[in-house]
Amino acid sequence: MLELPQIYAENIHRWLPELLYYSLMTLKIGFFSFIVAVVFGILVALCRVSKNGLVRTLAIWFIEIGRGLPIVVILYIIYFVPPQLFPGLNWTWFSDFTGAVLGLGIHGGAILAEVFRSGIEALHKGQREAAMSLGMTPAKSMVYIILPQATRIVLPPVGNYAIGLLKDTSLCTLIGVNEIMNGAKSIAFSDYQPMAVFILVAGIYFAMSYPLSLLVRALERRLRTAQ
Amino acid sequence: MTFFQILEKNGWYFFTTLLSGWPATLTVASGALVFALIFGLVIALMRISTWRLLRWPATAYLEFFRGTPALVQLFVIYFGFPDWGFQPSPLQAAIIGLGMNGAAYISEIYRAGIESIHRGQMEAALSLGMTPIKAMQHIILPQAIRTMLPPMTNFSIVLLKDTAIVFSIGVLEVMALARQLVTETLTSAPIYLMAGAMYLCVTIPMARLAARLERQRQAWQ
Amino acid sequence: MSKAGDGAAAGQPLLRIEDLQKKFGDLEVLCGVSLNVARGEKVSIIGPSGSGKTTLLRCINYLEKPSAGHIYIDGTLIGEKKSGDRFIYLTDRELARERQEIGFVFQRFNLFPHLTALGNVTVAPMRVLNLSREAAEARGRDMLQKVGLSHKADEYPERLSGGQQQRVAIARVLAMQPKLMLFDEATSALDPELIGEVLRVMRQLAEEGATMVIVTHEIQFASEVSDRVIFMDQGRIVEQGLSREVLFKPKEARTREFLKHIQDR
Repeated sequence: MLELPQIYAENIHRWLPELLYYSLMTLKIGFFSFIVAVVFGILVALCRVSKNGLVRTLAIWFIEIGRGLPIVVILYIIYFVPPQLFPGLNWTWFSDFTGAVLGLGIHGGAILAEVFRSGIEALHKGQREAAMSLGMTPAKSMVYIILPQATRIVLPPVGNYAIGLLKDTSLCTLIGVNEIMNGAKSIAFSDYQPMAVFILVAGIYFAMSYPLSLLVRALERRLRTAQ
Repeated sequence: MTFFQILEKNGWYFFTTLLSGWPATLTVASGALVFALIFGLVIALMRISTWRLLRWPATAYLEFFRGTPALVQLFVIYFGFPDWGFQPSPLQAAIIGLGMNGAAYISEIYRAGIESIHRGQMEAALSLGMTPIKAMQHIILPQAIRTMLPPMTNFSIVLLKDTAIVFSIGVLEVMALARQLVTETLTSAPIYLMAGAMYLCVTIPMARLAARLERQRQAWQ
Repeated sequence: MSKAGDGAAAGQPLLRIEDLQKKFGDLEVLCGVSLNVARGEKVSIIGPSGSGKTTLLRCINYLEKPSAGHIYIDGTLIGEKKSGDRFIYLTDRELARERQEIGFVFQRFNLFPHLTALGNVTVAPMRVLNLSREAAEARGRDMLQKVGLSHKADEYPERLSGGQQQRVAIARVLAMQPKLMLFDEATSALDPELIGEVLRVMRQLAEEGATMVIVTHEIQFASEVSDRVIFMDQGRIVEQGLSREVLFKPKEARTREFLKHIQDR
């Protein structure tokens, strides 16, 4: 443990730029899968509260499977299975990056669907009726009354999901995406310094996730006092 | 060969091979759960302590383990610890890694469980002449356990799913065998789908159990 | 309730409070309260909210540690002991032993939600007095009968009305056979129509000779039940005396003001 500072002093000028370069990929995966997850989440949540029984059942399946499978398994299935099932198609566009974003996005969609649903359900019908009775159009009551309330309920769990997602991007190394874990592995084993390198990587992840979690907590506090 | 032809020819072989990975998966999951339950309680008690010297390290532990991916933690333990003279086996590293990671999450479940109980409960128990320890044992804990059971079940699901990454440090669990089969037979679709189905067979019933426990708890409170 | 001739001299008060003070940070809640309560006496404490009456009651049970001053029950120091000429706090175990003799009825009942009504009444006799389950349950059923709730023995608190919960809470205290019972605004969390049943139980206890200190807003009840009424304001006892005097012929202006305010409500 004592030699760690010395190891860092000697190597950090090589390691840090390289790892930071790889961490751009991590952020890129995180950003795109977040968008995919939000889109999936909204769609599935709407299906989940649909009046059509079949649509609702499909949504429930999607949620249960998406939440029940380990993320690694989802990534492997999304990345390896379709090309094998439909070998006749052209799969050259389907990079490991695409697989990672889709896989994480599907998993996130299942998680966020439940979050969005709770947001939709937490609102009393009375709110909408009260807004309409004041002479608001349905659109206006949506914008001024419903959405602001739903956002408050939904924002903290979405923030927590984003933090989890940032950490989950590390799993993409297991399907060969060149993100920060992949970079770290190659440095760690070529320089024979696994401890130093992986602790450094942990520090980089922490530097990315901690501000986010402080933000979410500040948000939670503010929303709680607002209520 | 089509998907179903492969499945017909090799399906049983895939199934039995994947099944033989479950003992390792369950060992890691249950070992880490026990580790996390015990260590998490220590962290939780430190966190609610009035003594800053206990509170501060516990908070730092929590922030660090929740702020970094489990995969990195596993790599530090498995690949890094030998630098310091401790050479864990893959199974040991997996249990310690997921256990330490889980302790951070579980400590928050404990804390929420203890804090969910109204202060008046402790006072009522004390006013009846119970010592704080007896009050804890007969009044606070029985209530806290009921509150904590649903999140604990959910946590167990998360933990079970997290074991799917420990093949990366060489534990021969379900996913490791799946990958071996893929290399061996050069086919992936039926194998990964089958592995996924196996996980679902465990996680979905557990999730339903957690939901039921939660409904019961809400009815009771 | 009270076990007369319990070693203590007959003339000695059961509860003696000497110059009790309590501060929360800079806030002085009790500024030197002294009070004696004789065995079998019923004392009601009235006063505006924030006057320190609840804090006084909580200090008697050592749920709050006084900042200064001492409390004696039957001549025994509560919550502390003398070591040389210094006072030191009792250990948890010693404190628990003393609290067995003091019953406390909370404003919000604080029943244990995971136990039935009978379970609530028997848990302390079993776990504190180490009675057998049979003995504890026999005693518990007696106490539930006393508060008129025999038929609710197996119900959980959530299924009981507020008034029933408070009566179970009183039975829970009675089952410990305390020397002294403290009531902290026992009816102020109740709907008006449920207050009567709780006051009835308290009146019955008073008639049976229990020693009671009652913090209350029920002036009518206080005048009927108590031997003595104490009016507190801003952490001090402003006026005390026979209930009919304090309540109907108050000497102090502040007492008059408070009583007028209460009656106008």
